[in-house]
Amino acid sequence: MSAARPTSVPLLRLTPLALARPGRARRLVERNLVVYRRGWTYVVSGFFEPFLYLLSIGVGLGHLVGSQRVGGHPVGYAAFVAPGLLASSAMNGGILDTTYGLFFKLKYAHTYEAVLSTPLTSADVAVGEVASAFLRGSVYSAAFLAVMAGLGLVGSPWALCCLPIAALVGLAFASLGLAVTAHLRSWQDVDMVALAVLPMFLFSATFYPLSIYPGAVGWLVRVTPLYQGVVLLRAFDLGAVTPGLWWHAAYLVVLAGVSLSVAAGRLRRLLVP
Amino acid sequence: MVRARRLRKQFGDFVAVGGIDLEIRRGEVFGFLGPNGAGKTSTMRMIACMSPATSGELEVRGRDPATDGPAIRAGIGLVPQEDALDAELSVLDNLLVYGRYFDLPRRVIRERAGQLLEFAQLADRAGAKVDALSGGMRRRLTIARALVAAPELVILDEPTTGLDPQARHLVWERLYRLKREGVTLILTTHYMDEAEQLCDRLVVMDRGRIVAEGPPRALVAEHVAREVLEVRVLPADEAAVVAALDRHGAGCDRLADRLCAYGDDGDALLAAVLATGVHPEGVLVRRASLEDVFLRLTGRRLVD
Ligand SMILES: Nc1ncnc2c1ncn2[C@@H]1O[C@H](COP(=O)(O)OP(=O)(O)O)[C@@H](O)[C@H]1O
Ligand SMILES: [Mg+2]
Repeated sequence: MSAARPTSVPLLRLTPLALARPGRARRLVERNLVVYRRGWTYVVSGFFEPFLYLLSIGVGLGHLVGSQRVGGHPVGYAAFVAPGLLASSAMNGGILDTTYGLFFKLKYAHTYEAVLSTPLTSADVAVGEVASAFLRGSVYSAAFLAVMAGLGLVGSPWALCCLPIAALVGLAFASLGLAVTAHLRSWQDVDMVALAVLPMFLFSATFYPLSIYPGAVGWLVRVTPLYQGVVLLRAFDLGAVTPGLWWHAAYLVVLAGVSLSVAAGRLRRLLVP
Repeated sequence: MVRARRLRKQFGDFVAVGGIDLEIRRGEVFGFLGPNGAGKTSTMRMIACMSPATSGELEVRGRDPATDGPAIRAGIGLVPQEDALDAELSVLDNLLVYGRYFDLPRRVIRERAGQLLEFAQLADRAGAKVDALSGGMRRRLTIARALVAAPELVILDEPTTGLDPQARHLVWERLYRLKREGVTLILTTHYMDEAEQLCDRLVVMDRGRIVAEGPPRALVAEHVAREVLEVRVLPADEAAVVAALDRHGAGCDRLADRLCAYGDDGDALLAAVLATGVHPEGVLVRRASLEDVFLRLTGRRLVD
């Protein structure tokens, strides 16, 4: 029997992740899989959005747009847009559940109240939710990549690397989504998040090259998380791989790690008062 | 099973639990009585390792919640004040998924879930959505869920509040069964008859402190007396009646619509009242209960 210590320790923001155990976090993933299994239409619908964009903009509009140059080689417009949409698909998979879905569970369904009366900790909740979203993002990415291959939009054997990279994009956005959502107070706040995601989807060099933008705007785009994914996936899909790409990957890894840690700290304060 | 010394819980500057001592033994049914806001739920949550203590010492199942939360919770079943069922899952899935949180094999959970649905009289609702259940059914499902991991300690925060009498009796009957099986139960309640019948020992809490502790009958003997006389008189006659009871050496509480006097012989108290020449509008002599202890300790108090 030891004396309970005061709860607000300065290191709080970083300690909670150490309280997670993969074996326990996995149980929350299992829970989410049961929910997905019961509501599969909702899961499938998340995949169709980027797929429809690919058909309408990439293939349809592509007939009117000339080819683009990537790494000095000309590529058709559909092949240019496809990796951008792959990045968006991974992003969607990562944030759908960690924004709207998670806010609902936190504020209305009180899903974690019961979870935390079991051996699971708030850190397990953070890791489990991010892992679920990561899985979902990865499945979307794999399906989208298969569609790309089927349409002949894969330009290089390097494209095999697109799957783990898209998974990383999904992971980074899942963590970021959780960190942001855990700080939101109302549905209006959640809508603000959606409002930030839409322009990121449209302008992160998804549909046209970065060179379109004037200097300052170009730099703004360069720092968005989705841009890193677009650059990485486009390079690997079309075989224009350079060492400079490591920076983009490092950005996503750091984003995922920091966000997850912030999210775990915040969830602890919210759920274990 | 639970030991607390000077256990304290603060939310900001607000003191919800102001330093309580507890000793709850294995196999015991231990009750917490008290008005709303007394700090019962805050205490339950600390014992269930769902809320860290602000200060003081706490030991649950022989371990320290500050460092061993997950291991302690592995042996606890919690029925929270709000049901907290998983609305995205069916009745059966609520049990199956919850069991997995405790790392139990699926085969074991399936078998137990079947028995527990019988126990909770919900076997025919296994596939239903949680939203479609009545309040009593939700409560029974929550109790069933708390038992999935075969816990040695079950904590129930107001298990019967808001239920109709029939549903309440069904829940009591289930709790008796657990008691007979030797499970340690800790419960909070507003129902005095419930506490009196179920609890081996209980504490009365008020404003974050424990104001009385002991077996129900001993508490009644200590704080009231064997019998209670309830009289309704006109406001004008009240002073005379109180004075007569006072002379008789009986403690007396003035409630909104009646006077309650405590003594070992209720009929003698009544005789003393009638001797004043006052004609009561209504009288009742009955056995004293925890209800009276509760009123004496936390309620309006007139004379001692
Ligand atoms: N998370 C919280 N934040 C701030 N105050 C709280 C919190 N939980 C409980 N309280 C306050 O602590 C007091 C005791 O509450 P509680 O333990 O729920 O009492 P009871 O269960 O006996 O009704 C109440 O005044 C309540 O408002
Ligand atoms: Mg309460």
